[in-house]
Amino acid sequence: MKILVCISHVPDTTSKINFTDGDTKFDTNGVQFVINPNDEFGLTRAMWFKEKQGAQVTVVNVGGPETEPTLRKALAIGADEAIRVNTQAQDGYQVAKEIANVVKEGGYDLVIAGRESIDYNGGMVPGMIAAITNSNFVTNCISLEVDGTNATAMREIDGGKETVTTSLPLVIGGQKGLVEESDLRIPNMRGIMMARKKPLSVVEATNAAVETNSVKFEKPAPKGAVTLVDPDNIDELINLLHNEAKAI
Amino acid sequence: MSVLVYTESEQGKFKKTAFEVASYAKAVADQMGTTVTAITVNAGDTSELGKYGVDKVLSVTNSDLDKFNAKAYASVIVEAAKQESAKVVVLSSSADSKYLAPIVSIGLEAGYASNVVEAPSSTSPFTVKRTAFTNKAFNMTTIDTDTKIIGVSKNAFGLKESSGNASSEDFSPAISTSGVTVQSVDRATDKVTIADAEIVVSGGRGLKGPENWGMIEELAEVLGAATACSKPVSDLGWRPHSEHVGQTGKPVASNLYIAIGISGAIQHLAGINSSKVKVVINTDPEAPFFKAADYGIVGDAFEVVPTLIEKLKAFKAQNA
Ligand SMILES: Cc1cc2nc3c(=O)[nH]c(=O)nc-3n(C[C@H](O)[C@H](O)[C@H](O)COP(=O)(O)OP(=O)(O)OC[C@H]3O[C@@H](n4cnc5c(N)ncnc54)[C@H](O)[C@@H]3O)c2cc1C
Repeated sequence: MKILVCISHVPDTTSKINFTDGDTKFDTNGVQFVINPNDEFGLTRAMWFKEKQGAQVTVVNVGGPETEPTLRKALAIGADEAIRVNTQAQDGYQVAKEIANVVKEGGYDLVIAGRESIDYNGGMVPGMIAAITNSNFVTNCISLEVDGTNATAMREIDGGKETVTTSLPLVIGGQKGLVEESDLRIPNMRGIMMARKKPLSVVEATNAAVETNSVKFEKPAPKGAVTLVDPDNIDELINLLHNEAKAI
Repeated sequence: MSVLVYTESEQGKFKKTAFEVASYAKAVADQMGTTVTAITVNAGDTSELGKYGVDKVLSVTNSDLDKFNAKAYASVIVEAAKQESAKVVVLSSSADSKYLAPIVSIGLEAGYASNVVEAPSSTSPFTVKRTAFTNKAFNMTTIDTDTKIIGVSKNAFGLKESSGNASSEDFSPAISTSGVTVQSVDRATDKVTIADAEIVVSGGRGLKGPENWGMIEELAEVLGAATACSKPVSDLGWRPHSEHVGQTGKPVASNLYIAIGISGAIQHLAGINSSKVKVVINTDPEAPFFKAADYGIVGDAFEVVPTLIEKLKAFKAQNA
């Protein structure tokens, strides 16, 4: 089985979110970039397929040279090879088109993406890849088993989960549950050394069109101070929630 | 030319988000000087949609669509959009709608903006405001394709009533066959879900162990609320993963969010920040949650929560 894991290069969850150039660009100053958490769960599940079922695992990112350390980290975790599609990611459609092209060229059976990236939160790349490549698709995927060309997956739904059966070629939008937090791997020295020798190929973009354009960013208005209520005066809390906040 | 809105239902009843997306579609239609058409699947009586600005309903009744299937439902929406020559398609942010949106987007060659929080600020260029960086910022985005798809954030636009009648006609489009088959659905039907809840009661590591969740559940019951938890609580197996909220868990956009024994780490706050009113109960006055909350009690959950339950019961009895 050939697996392609999509790796989004995103600011660490603790990053200060600021903007530059008249609030049109994300300020990367002092920001540490990581593998998108949803993608990391997927990558770790891919490692399981590699170790237990002999799958071959490629990671892909659409981005400039600055994303290569993130791809190297994925190689250190255990992916066999990496592909960087050399263009700036501008919108979900463009990224999906570029990745769909990699999928077609490489003949991948299974594409594992994250249900959304934590920066743009578009939540559209996996579904678009599936639609463009005419593959089966399961998002919010919290478990995945593959047996030959058949697959069984669980999807988180509002208020519960559902179990589905499907087949390869398949695209999933993954999240926590695919593996547990405790299964995530921190690359060891050997992994890091080996990653340096693994192939990271840079392919030129097809210059897919964009459908949306980011014009400007805004930060939420600062919040007013908290109203503290004495723990011995719970009636006051109920009163405030009822009469002031109109929330109960 | 009308604006098309997919109004979701469950067991023949509209979800509340259906009325919110209909209200949104009406606002867009007014801006564009056109009408609103809703597409429904096995929805039963659709007349209620008129109250939220829908002029016409395309009503699909098909037992093959009893269980949600993203590809099949997406094809229904695509066909409806084509029939109506819709230039704008409005969807909700439910798990199902977010699942089918990208498929509709490819099907209609239409640009898609998700997590949209306001009516378009301009229709030419078509510009919407959406959340990004998990609620830590907003992003003004233009959709530059001929047809546009908007995913509306829950509870962001609200319900707007308008007077009108929705006429209904049967619609039987060709439906794509899907290679994904639902085998079983595991959902507690007697409980409010985090996605639908007006009020969410959430517990953190400060509650010490799973045996102490009785009072959280009781508080939720009194308020008709859903229960949620912080990430470590689900990682420790105290509560199911489906209750984990925050940046890497479920988003919460309820009217009221009550955080008990939760410190308010940046990743937690990111996911719950779009809730309207936030209450924190925590022993530590320095806990970061107090900076994000509207109301706070510095106190021990094991004392505060039981009293709160008792007083709320009395309040509910009085205001029933
Ligand atoms: C990549 C990444 C992603 C993450 N994603 C998420 C996410 O999606 N959601 C999430 O929640 N976290 C997330 N986290 C974890 C986050 O950083 C915090 O560790 C977590 O939110 C803390 O959970 P907590 O508040 O329950 O526990 P703690 O931080 O341990 O806080 C417990 C609180 O309880 C209070 N307390 C103790 N006893 C009592 C009492 N008797 N009465 C009242 N209060 C009491 C304490 O004062 C303390 O403030 C993520 C972390 C990383 C690195």
